[in-house]
Amino acid sequence: MIYLKLFISFLQIGCFSFGGGYAAMPLIQEQVVTLNHWLTLDAFTDLVTISQMTPGPIAVNAATFVGTQIAGTPGAIVATLGCILPSCIFVTMLAFIYTKYRNLSLLQGTLSALRPAVVALIANAGVTILVSAFFRNNAVSFVSGNVEIRMIVYFIVAIVLLRKVKLNPILVMVLCGGFEVGYYTLTHVIHI
Amino acid sequence: MRELNPNNKKHVLFTLFFATLYLSTFTFGGGYVIVTLLKDKFVDHYHWIDEEEMLDLVAIAQSSPGAIAVNGAIVVGYKLCGIPGVFVSVLGAILPPMVILSVISLFYQAFSTNPYISAVLSGMSAGVGAVIASVVWDMGSGVVKTHDWINMVIMVISFCISYFLNVNVVIIIITVAVFGLIRTLGNEKGWWKK
Repeated sequence: MIYLKLFISFLQIGCFSFGGGYAAMPLIQEQVVTLNHWLTLDAFTDLVTISQMTPGPIAVNAATFVGTQIAGTPGAIVATLGCILPSCIFVTMLAFIYTKYRNLSLLQGTLSALRPAVVALIANAGVTILVSAFFRNNAVSFVSGNVEIRMIVYFIVAIVLLRKVKLNPILVMVLCGGFEVGYYTLTHVIHI
Repeated sequence: MRELNPNNKKHVLFTLFFATLYLSTFTFGGGYVIVTLLKDKFVDHYHWIDEEEMLDLVAIAQSSPGAIAVNGAIVVGYKLCGIPGVFVSVLGAILPPMVILSVISLFYQAFSTNPYISAVLSGMSAGVGAVIASVVWDMGSGVVKTHDWINMVIMVISFCISYFLNVNVVIIIITVAVFGLIRTLGNEKGWWKK
């Protein structure tokens, strides 16, 4: 039953993504790409890109996108419910406890240990996306024709724009996309 | 204005819904942005929540599982109107992304074969990689700056076992959470001191 599968998958994403935003990414990737094969890695990367350009949390965006692709609008609703249900229960309970006791030191301690693990998991997602952008067969090998040198140049320019020029991340991504369209037009349409 | 009149509950729920709907539609750049805007609206504009309480609520939203934007809507909704408030503010927070992504999802099937769209997306994937790398750099240096070698060990080991060994993310998170819990308990009860 696809609805149940979608619900359970996104329930897990909702339960275990601590730290918001990018932290949910590796979990979504695991559920959607690795375990259930609902999206290819390329489609997942597109999804991350689209999520960056549109408002809303990436987990809700992913739930709607994957749900619609797999099982139409009911799928989108079921997946989104799955992904927000743990938050609704857990956060409401915490808010209740907070208004009663206002002492969460044990929780804070646990979360401070989780933070470095979350950074590592985000790094994992980033490396996976970069490897698939830089190498045509999605594996690190420097055989000629396999390395997308243009993408590596985009990456380096983007890093400089982000860190040194402090440009808005969305603008940096749009610029990368725009350059690639320009390149495609020059090489495939105008035939320089 | 801070004391809410129960007769006004309907008014509060309406305000809550449209505030979260509006913020969720126009907030680009992730959960931390929407939390700031919620504070701006309900603390500085309506004076329904005081500053200190808002900081605690944000801490709850940030340290709980799930999207920060959704969690932020939940804590504010709960604070103002209890369970009905939670329902209304969550609905307001998730409707815009659901509608937008549904539309894009339809277009995606039609456009994923279009060479221009695929050129945009493939160029942008290098940009996304750069954005993620930059976030990891900032967060990673935050971890290094804690000068707690255990944090760095957790970071390196987590990366290695997730990237190279493909260990399930949930297993990693639960293991680290249990470790953190025991460590905090031990610190408080003085287990590690001889």
